[in-house]
Amino acid sequence: MDITFENVDYTYQKNTPFEHKALEDLSFHIKSGSFVAIVGHTGSGKSTLISHLNGLSIPTDGKVKVGDYLLTNDRKPSDMKELRSKVGVVFQYPEHQLFEETIEKDIAFGPENFGVPESEIKDRILKAMSAVGLSESLLDRSPFDLSGGQMRRVAIAGVLAIKPDTLVLDEPTAGLDPRGQKEIMDMFYRLHHEQNLTTVLVTHSMEDALKYANHVIILNKGKKYLEGTPEEVFVQKDALKQVQLDVPEVVQFITSFNKKFKTTTPFSNQSINQLAKQIKQVLIGDELE
Amino acid sequence: MNNSLIIGQYVPGDSIVHRLDPRTKITIIFFFVFIVFFANNLPSYSILVVFALASMFTSKVPIRFVLKGLTPVWFLIIFTFLLHLFVTKEGTLVFDFWIFKFYSGGIFQGIAISIRFFLLILVTSLLTLTTTPIEITDAIEDMLNPLKKVKFPVHELALMMSISLRFIPTLMQETDKISRAQASRGVDFRTGPIKDRVKAVIPLLVPLFVSAFKRAEELAMAMEARGYQGGEGRSKLRELKIEKMDIFVYLIFIVVIILLFLTRTYG
Repeated sequence: MDITFENVDYTYQKNTPFEHKALEDLSFHIKSGSFVAIVGHTGSGKSTLISHLNGLSIPTDGKVKVGDYLLTNDRKPSDMKELRSKVGVVFQYPEHQLFEETIEKDIAFGPENFGVPESEIKDRILKAMSAVGLSESLLDRSPFDLSGGQMRRVAIAGVLAIKPDTLVLDEPTAGLDPRGQKEIMDMFYRLHHEQNLTTVLVTHSMEDALKYANHVIILNKGKKYLEGTPEEVFVQKDALKQVQLDVPEVVQFITSFNKKFKTTTPFSNQSINQLAKQIKQVLIGDELE
Repeated sequence: MNNSLIIGQYVPGDSIVHRLDPRTKITIIFFFVFIVFFANNLPSYSILVVFALASMFTSKVPIRFVLKGLTPVWFLIIFTFLLHLFVTKEGTLVFDFWIFKFYSGGIFQGIAISIRFFLLILVTSLLTLTTTPIEITDAIEDMLNPLKKVKFPVHELALMMSISLRFIPTLMQETDKISRAQASRGVDFRTGPIKDRVKAVIPLLVPLFVSAFKRAEELAMAMEARGYQGGEGRSKLRELKIEKMDIFVYLIFIVVIILLFLTRTYG
């Protein structure tokens, strides 16, 4: 689904002494089918932004358009539930939302709420479980018996079983071990392509943003700070430093490599293999001279 | 995300009433609640009203906060007043119309009871308005200290109180987070038949309890890791201290009591 923000303001507790502007004059457009990373320092408004994507928050001012659903301060869509069935949100530490007696029931919770017929739910549960890499033998186990990493997979399966068109991920790998992080992110990346999803990833990790996203939005203090393709955004070292963000390691490496060998190897989000070839060219070229 | 929730109804300030030792405030209020019932004529009631209003004005708490504390009991005050008006048949008949027969005794008692209610609520809400929950907990711990002799777990009780107060905002945030997550999975907490809405609470309560237990366990572990072993020999960060002002306030209060017993009618 296409997502458009037009001059969105969001103020917590308006007209009280606790008033706090979380989003200010925010405008951007996310094309259907793209993988967008939203990056920002703590308190930059990332979480507030995503709560607008499925109508948990309504902009104080401005317009949010998600697919055909328009959210403005004076007009909520009457079919909010439908919007929520199309935008699946994986919150931070999603395992905290588990509550059912068995894993099967917990994954079925979302589809049941959205009125998916019983016969289809079973099928969805199995598909969601295999997508997140959980074995079917766990169906009747209590989610609270699992390890933290597995609980997270159950929670993610619970969102996937809703079969959303748009998947919103709020730091989905926080607190996992490195291998689990990679597995989960690779899984989301695969699903993104297989099911033609629109994916919005909120993250601290520049590496993840670089690796998976084709569009990056950097937020700072509720405002859009930078926007563009990873190749455009991640080379702006000074601008990123201003908002306490680092450039990804690859970019750092290329910069210092270029400095040391006085070359101009460009950063084009190349894979490690491609980069190795470029480096070989530079070095062997030197040898031949 | 509602961080503005004020626990209790503490209104920060720096007045004399705010700075009084919480034990002083609790003691005075405790006795005030008793002596309110000894007042029985106009002068004695006036003394109490003057004392209560004077405390309120020195606290500099905006009157609307004090009145807010009264809202839940307005009904009770009016009800008892009317009850006295209609039922008490003492004194002279001052109003007689159809079935309404009001006697002077009834009117006086109605007013007296309403004033009692008003005074009780005014002074007790003044305590919570000018004292932080932590101060109240500290004071209670200190005042219950003598009970330690009979093996009453005073320190543990105070610790339980302060931990519960500390975790109210945390649990509120947690509730907000979980309800958002479940709303995203299609739970509707706001509309629909009552039966459905009650059922919608389960996906909220179970995770909330799970996380509360987890937090409790973590907290216990952290406390043990930092060498906590109960109240024995533990020093305090906030020392309670009786200042000159406390003694002065006690003296004023004793004068009030004496005046009250001089002015009330006996027999």
